[in-house]
Amino acid sequence: MSTALDLITRVRGVRGAMLVSADDGIVVAEQLMEGIKGGAVAALAASLAGRLRRAMEAAGTGTSVFWHLQAEQGALLVVPGGNAAGGILVVAVAEPDVNIGLVRLELLRAAESVV
Amino acid sequence: MADDIRALSAQLAQDPQSLVFLRLGEALRRKGQLEAALRVAMNGLERHPHLADAHDLYARILTDKHDYERAFDEWDMAVRIAPNHTGALKGLAFLYFKVGDLAQAEAHLESARKVEPDDPSIDQAIAMMRKGVSPPAPEQGAAPSPPSAAAASAAPTVAAPLDEARVFAGLEGANEGLLLIDGAGRVLGGALRNRSGSDVTDAVAAYLAGVSQEAARTAKLLGLGAWNGLSAEGQHGNVHLAHPTPEALLLVVRERGMPLGRLAILAQRATTMARRWLEKT
Repeated sequence: MSTALDLITRVRGVRGAMLVSADDGIVVAEQLMEGIKGGAVAALAASLAGRLRRAMEAAGTGTSVFWHLQAEQGALLVVPGGNAAGGILVVAVAEPDVNIGLVRLELLRAAESVV
Repeated sequence: MADDIRALSAQLAQDPQSLVFLRLGEALRRKGQLEAALRVAMNGLERHPHLADAHDLYARILTDKHDYERAFDEWDMAVRIAPNHTGALKGLAFLYFKVGDLAQAEAHLESARKVEPDDPSIDQAIAMMRKGVSPPAPEQGAAPSPPSAAAASAAPTVAAPLDEARVFAGLEGANEGLLLIDGAGRVLGGALRNRSGSDVTDAVAAYLAGVSQEAARTAKLLGLGAWNGLSAEGQHGNVHLAHPTPEALLLVVRERGMPLGRLAILAQRATTMARRWLEKT
């Protein structure tokens, strides 16, 4: 698991990565820079992922394979691994100028390795 | 033509309040001097904000510049001021056709025909549209003339009621996959259908209620500042969420083939339109 997170945090601009239980929002593994409240972020990310999953399924787009929240000073990037309802979320917190495409690839790779 | 422009410019310089700016703006537009035409039209609009012809001129210039979104707003405004303004009706028909809303396009052309039943260009545009050919972008008459005083003074000042179905009118794919909801999950505009064609507007709106607040909390907790948008890639389609106002939430849904970056640009345009619409209501 830590190898999977290593690959994500090596990407320039990534401030941290986590594996989160999609069901209950609990941190399974984390590699975060100081100052990031892993537990709270995990809970909110899981909650947001749940809402998004239900909305996307209702809209007919199928479950999400990748999503990212863009903000003024950074981004939260998430890949739901395996069965999104009861699986693992691979989460990254990044700077605003991060290469989103590269982080996405590493998140997808990590999701494959941990599921 | 150059002499005309010089003469009209001189007239306008002598009497900046005069309506000669309409002829000057049109002459510049026809000559392809779009930036100059735009300046003339904007100056004229500042002095005559309730003149439908001024909005019509501005819209035609914007159309030449392919700025269809703003052109729609201007023609929409012209029709609100003067509901029988055939130039604006034809302009709106042209833009509705461009976004694939043939029913609205034809309805606007029919309205124009009722006002000017002898105008062959309207019949021609309807015929072209029915064959699937884009009607020509509306042109002012071959010999532009200042509007009649009656037309200008007949302008009502009370705007027509806002139509929620037109929140996104003029935008690429305005009739599909765009939904605007409030913080409680109530639909403000737009609609959604799933892949089998069933209306899923209410269900999706209900699931998205509260997402805006949750996204804001997450971004704040991470020290990321205010959130701007949320893009998601699905198995069969992509979505983008944005918030035109702190309470409202906009959802754009497109086929998987549309890359997330392009979807974000489309969502940005829809957000601007939704914000304007919300400000008007």
